[in-house]
Amino acid sequence: MITDTPNPLEISTDYPLESTRAHPPMLTPSYVFTRKRAPHRPLRVIPHTLTELSGPIYGHDSVQPLDNDLTKQGEGEPIGERIFVHGQVMDEDGRAIPNTLIEIWQANAAGRYIHALDSHPAPLDPNFYGAGRTVTADDGTYTFTTIKPGPYPIMGLNNYWRPAHIHLSLFGPSFLTRLVTQLYFEGDPLIQHDMIYSTAPESSREAMIAKFDMSATKSEWALAYRFDIVLRGQKNTHIEA
Amino acid sequence: MVTNKPKTITPSQTVGPFYAYCLSPVNYKFRMLASNSLVTKDVEGKHITLRGTVLDGDGLPVPDALIEIWQPDGLGRFSGHHPLLKTAEFKGFGRAMCDALGLFSFETVKPGGAPMRDGVIQAPHVAVSIFGKGLNRHLYTRVYFDDEEANKSDPVLNSIPEDLRSKLIAKEIEPDCYEISIRLQGEGESVFFDV
Ligand SMILES: [Fe+2]
Repeated sequence: MITDTPNPLEISTDYPLESTRAHPPMLTPSYVFTRKRAPHRPLRVIPHTLTELSGPIYGHDSVQPLDNDLTKQGEGEPIGERIFVHGQVMDEDGRAIPNTLIEIWQANAAGRYIHALDSHPAPLDPNFYGAGRTVTADDGTYTFTTIKPGPYPIMGLNNYWRPAHIHLSLFGPSFLTRLVTQLYFEGDPLIQHDMIYSTAPESSREAMIAKFDMSATKSEWALAYRFDIVLRGQKNTHIEA
Repeated sequence: MVTNKPKTITPSQTVGPFYAYCLSPVNYKFRMLASNSLVTKDVEGKHITLRGTVLDGDGLPVPDALIEIWQPDGLGRFSGHHPLLKTAEFKGFGRAMCDALGLFSFETVKPGGAPMRDGVIQAPHVAVSIFGKGLNRHLYTRVYFDDEEANKSDPVLNSIPEDLRSKLIAKEIEPDCYEISIRLQGEGESVFFDV
C-alpha cells in the first residue's frame, strides 16, 4: 500500500506495517468491483494508540458446542463430501494465538449460499446453513467439520466460476489484527483463473490454499484439510527461548 | 511454543456479498454475536445514535457494506482491557449492515477520550472498519464528534490536512444523533488509515 509522506506525526507503529504488504492492494482492476470502491487517495499512516492496540474479546463463552460442526446444525445430514478443516492460528513470528474467535461461512455442496440474494440456480440443502464459529485452543489450534463447498458462478459475469472456498473472519488480539480472508482447496483448477484469489500478491497467495492432510483424515468418516492462519504480530515482544 | 516463523501473514480477501448468515444474521436464524446496538445495562455513558451512509465512486449506495465499530465506554475505558471492565456485558463492538440506500446506524454511548501511548488523551472517537464486495482489504477510519472541544488538540486529527479533517467528524443532526458520510472514492472521499 502506498502511503503519504511526510506525515507531521512521529509515527510509532507497534505492529510492523511492512507485513501488510502481503495484502492485496485496494485497486485491482481485473476484480472489477474494486474499480468504483477503492479509495483514490493513499491511506494515511497514523500511530497505533490504545484504540488500535485493543480489540473486542469473544472467548469460549461466545460459542456453543455444535457451532464448529456445520454438518450437525440441521434436522438431518447435509448432502456432500464431509470434510474436517483444521489448523493453527499464529502471529507473523510463529507465536500461537489462543482464545481467538474464528467465524466461517460458505456455499453448500452445490455451490449455493443460503443468502436471500444468491440467485445461482442450484439447490439449497435444507440441512446445511453454511456458517460456523469456534475459538482457538491454548495452542492456537482449531477444527471445523463441514461439507466441501461447491464452486459457483458470479451471476452477471460471463461464465465466471469461483473456485471452491470457505470465507473466514478472525479478530486476533487487537483491532488491527482483524482479518477476513478465504480458504481455497489444494489442487482446484479454478484457483489459477480466479480474479479474487489473484488480488493478493504472488508472494502471499499460496498462504490461502488449504493442504490435503492424509494424516488427519478420519477413517470411514471424513477427509481432512490443513489451514494455518497467520495474523499480524507485535514488534519486540518475542524472546527466543 | 514457538513454531517456525511463517513466510507471510495470511492475505486479506473481500468479504463478498453473502456473509450475512454468519456475520450479521439479522434476517436469519443463526445466533447473533454482535449487533448494531452496543448499549447494555451496565454501560456508563450517554446514549447516542451514530448513523451514516456508505457511497461508492459514483456516489451510489454500497448496499452490501458491513460496518464494524470498536470504542470505549463513556469514561474512555475499553471493555476487556480496562481492569474494571474485564467481565463487562458492554463489549464496545458492533456490527451493522447497510440497507439498499447504503444507510447504517448504531445505538451506542458517546465514547470518552482514550489515551495515546504517552498518556495524552485523544478526543472521543469510534474506530470504524468497512467491509464489502470489491474491498480487497477492509478500510479503517475513525469517527469523531462535532461537539467536542478536544478535537482541536487531537494528535491524529491534527496530523491530517485541515481541509480533510471535517470528513472524520460526525455532525449532531438532532439531539444525541450523529451522522457521518463515508465516501469510498472520488468527490468527498473519506480519510482512510493505514494501520
Ligand atoms: Fe463466496
